Amino acid sequence: MTTLWRRLLRNPTGIGSLIFLVVVVLSAVFAPLLAPHDPNTANAYDTLSGPSGKYWLGNDSSGHDVLSRLLFATRLSVVLTAETLVIAAVLGIVLGLLAGYYGKFFEAVGTAATSLLQALPAIVVLLAAKSVLGPSDFAAMAVFGVLIAPAFYRVVYSAVSAVRGELYVDAARVSGLSDPRIIGRHVLTVVRAPAIVLAANIAGISVAISAGLDFLGLGDPSRPSWGGMLNDGFTNIFTAPLLVLWPSLAIGLTCIAFALLGNALRDGLERADAPKRRRRHPPAAVGTPVVQAVPDDDALLSVQHLSVGYDNPDGTVKTVVEGAALTVRRGEVHGLIGESGSGKTQTAFSILRLLPSGGRIVGGSITFEGRDLAGLSAKEMTAVRGKKIAYVPQEPMSNLDPSFTVGSQLVEPMRIHLGLSRADAKAKALGLLARVGIPNPERTFGAYPHELSGGMAQRVLIAGAVSCDPELLIADEPTTALDVTVQAEVLDLLRDLQRERQMGVLLVTHNFGVVADLCDRVSVMRAGRIVETGPVRSIFADPRHEYTQSLFAAVLSHNEGEGAVA
Amino acid sequence: MLRFVLRRLASGVVLIVVITAATFFMLHASGGNIARRILGQEASQDTVVQKTHELGLDRPVLTQFREWLSSAFHGDLGASWFTSQPVSEAITSRLQVTLELVIGATIVSGLIAVALGVLAATRRGWIDRLVQFLAMLGFAIPNFLVALALVTVFAIHFKVFKPTGYTALGDDPAGWLSTVTLPIIALSVGSIAGVAQQIRGSMIDALDRDYVRTLRSRGLPESRVVFKHVLRNAGGPGLAMLAVQFVGLLGGAVIIEQIFAIPGLGQVSVGATSQGDVPLVMGLVLATAVVVVTVNLVVDLLQGYLNPKVRLS
Repeated sequence: MTTLWRRLLRNPTGIGSLIFLVVVVLSAVFAPLLAPHDPNTANAYDTLSGPSGKYWLGNDSSGHDVLSRLLFATRLSVVLTAETLVIAAVLGIVLGLLAGYYGKFFEAVGTAATSLLQALPAIVVLLAAKSVLGPSDFAAMAVFGVLIAPAFYRVVYSAVSAVRGELYVDAARVSGLSDPRIIGRHVLTVVRAPAIVLAANIAGISVAISAGLDFLGLGDPSRPSWGGMLNDGFTNIFTAPLLVLWPSLAIGLTCIAFALLGNALRDGLERADAPKRRRRHPPAAVGTPVVQAVPDDDALLSVQHLSVGYDNPDGTVKTVVEGAALTVRRGEVHGLIGESGSGKTQTAFSILRLLPSGGRIVGGSITFEGRDLAGLSAKEMTAVRGKKIAYVPQEPMSNLDPSFTVGSQLVEPMRIHLGLSRADAKAKALGLLARVGIPNPERTFGAYPHELSGGMAQRVLIAGAVSCDPELLIADEPTTALDVTVQAEVLDLLRDLQRERQMGVLLVTHNFGVVADLCDRVSVMRAGRIVETGPVRSIFADPRHEYTQSLFAAVLSHNEGEGAVA
Repeated sequence: MLRFVLRRLASGVVLIVVITAATFFMLHASGGNIARRILGQEASQDTVVQKTHELGLDRPVLTQFREWLSSAFHGDLGASWFTSQPVSEAITSRLQVTLELVIGATIVSGLIAVALGVLAATRRGWIDRLVQFLAMLGFAIPNFLVALALVTVFAIHFKVFKPTGYTALGDDPAGWLSTVTLPIIALSVGSIAGVAQQIRGSMIDALDRDYVRTLRSRGLPESRVVFKHVLRNAGGPGLAMLAVQFVGLLGGAVIIEQIFAIPGLGQVSVGATSQGDVPLVMGLVLATAVVVVTVNLVVDLLQGYLNPKVRLS
């Protein structure tokens, strides 16, 4: 909380709007002292006169002094805003606390009331209320306070129901604290900050609403109000154009100040809440890489000295892959193995040039069919993706667009890359679905992703990856998210497709079993570097690098049949 | 799908009945005062009592509401206490004008908000910060100030548009455009701000999803990924926000119509409430509630179109 204020005071717009609002409140409090004239004394000789030494901002259509009226109108606005805020906050926070903390009954009441209150525009409800309540600003803004209370209710309710199950609240309950004590001590602290942010925004809205009602002539005409002055100015806009300016400035600037304040408070809140950035460990000592020389003439993909980095906010670059080198030959399955965080997925994404935002290739080359992918334009790269290099993701369910059918997602790339007609593309898609072992291709073609099982979805994704006959398939842990029984089937499918189409495959995995099962060659990755590369058989028989040796030792000592590294 | 529509329709009807009942009881909580307000402070107690009886206000409120509800169900909303004009007649012609403004503003804000939201979410950087700042200002400044500024600049100073009045679309399309353009812009500013913020947020959220990377890996052009796939997935929350804004636009129109002297619901509302014309106020509340319920139903159907999970459940 104190950090929130400190952050606010360091934010120039935050401090600026706060100062402006304090000035507004002070001029409202001291209006009787500051006002040079009586706001209600009409001077029949000086109507609509412009600014002068006596009347700094001129006179309105009845000959009132505009400056004095403005100051007294500020008074009314401040009081009305405070009234709305207090009513909305008390109602919303109390109901929100009760509903969030006790649930059930209060929850049902709160939700029903909320949806009812928001079914009509506030101003229509206010107008209807006015026909009973008469021209009282205070009554109208009390009604508005009730109407806007759901905003507080929702913020408080969601914060409290989130915290209700927290351990420290349970602990407090177990240690015998009474419910009111718990709400006051533990729950209210959670709610305080977001409620303050909301209050700033609601204050702005209620300034606008009360001015709007007075502008419509529905307020008490005997009191000076910003909206009333605006109306007077607008009516006389041809004769005294300045008259409309002063109340406009008062209303506009106050609303903007509240919005800026709310924004600054929210920024401060988000920054205060953001977890401290964890410092990445410096790359561990990885020893000398052991690379068994490969004849490069048949290379499909050749990655050299690849470095991948992420830009930090402070301008430095966090390196996640450093000087990686690997070669995938035509028709070869190349395993890329390492523990999580070793940089193997980052390497795969950089070959596709699909690094998450902030990530980029810092150095090195990615040569594919004689071209350096690292230097291609975005458009050239788009033509390579899908057509030449395809990708099978790890998590099948989250990798299909939930809003489109399986069929349309399969057809779309084929129409772009292969120029097929809709009918041809559909026929080919159905064939692919049958090929990857989908029992009822027609039905799956028309299905939405959420209607598929994980194994089916992964088969669909594999079908999509091979649909445009790519030369290279990059599979990122393609079986990790699947049931054990399905894993073997999907691996068999990948192997069959690879043999059938003589594709090169880069298989990212943390599983030695998968490597032994599927791969011709393997690269071992650790802390952003490739430490050992070679044919699977020779590495399994005789691991040279100490890290590879320790991996094998770990697998053997745990005696895990699956042989997972991490 | 039909079950879904019927269920939403039923809850909409319940909502309308609850709202009109609440309004009715609120308006009749002080039966004697209604007659007093109509007759003025100078009227004698006898005439007030007589007027109360004349209007049927001395009967049980529940009976009065039941009568109102059953005749409303048959399309009869009674007559104004002041002009004797049938309420349904007074409302329908004006409702059309208000809906022209509000629907126009909804379309304008939908289009501009999507453009701004997509721009902010895909470009990020200073464009994003600018859009966010403008959205905050647009949200904060009351629409009647925007309207006053527009009138001053474009109608009074440059005389590009008419400052006040309304020409029916059927009579003269060009004249219609010159009278509704400024009101629609004034109405739209706030909802553009709200919807653009929402679209930006849900676009950024959707751009981060795994399937976006997979779509890109298939070699789809970026424009296709953004406008076909990401926007479709981000559209739901944006549409929900647009529906919320629609309710706000209906309210905003009350003030905007007053500024531009447009004969819509707003003008009747202000007149009816300051006079205490109960049948007319009831008719206005009913009309607004029906419009809101209808819009929510349409939005639900559109949500079903956007999101297959909603459609199939």
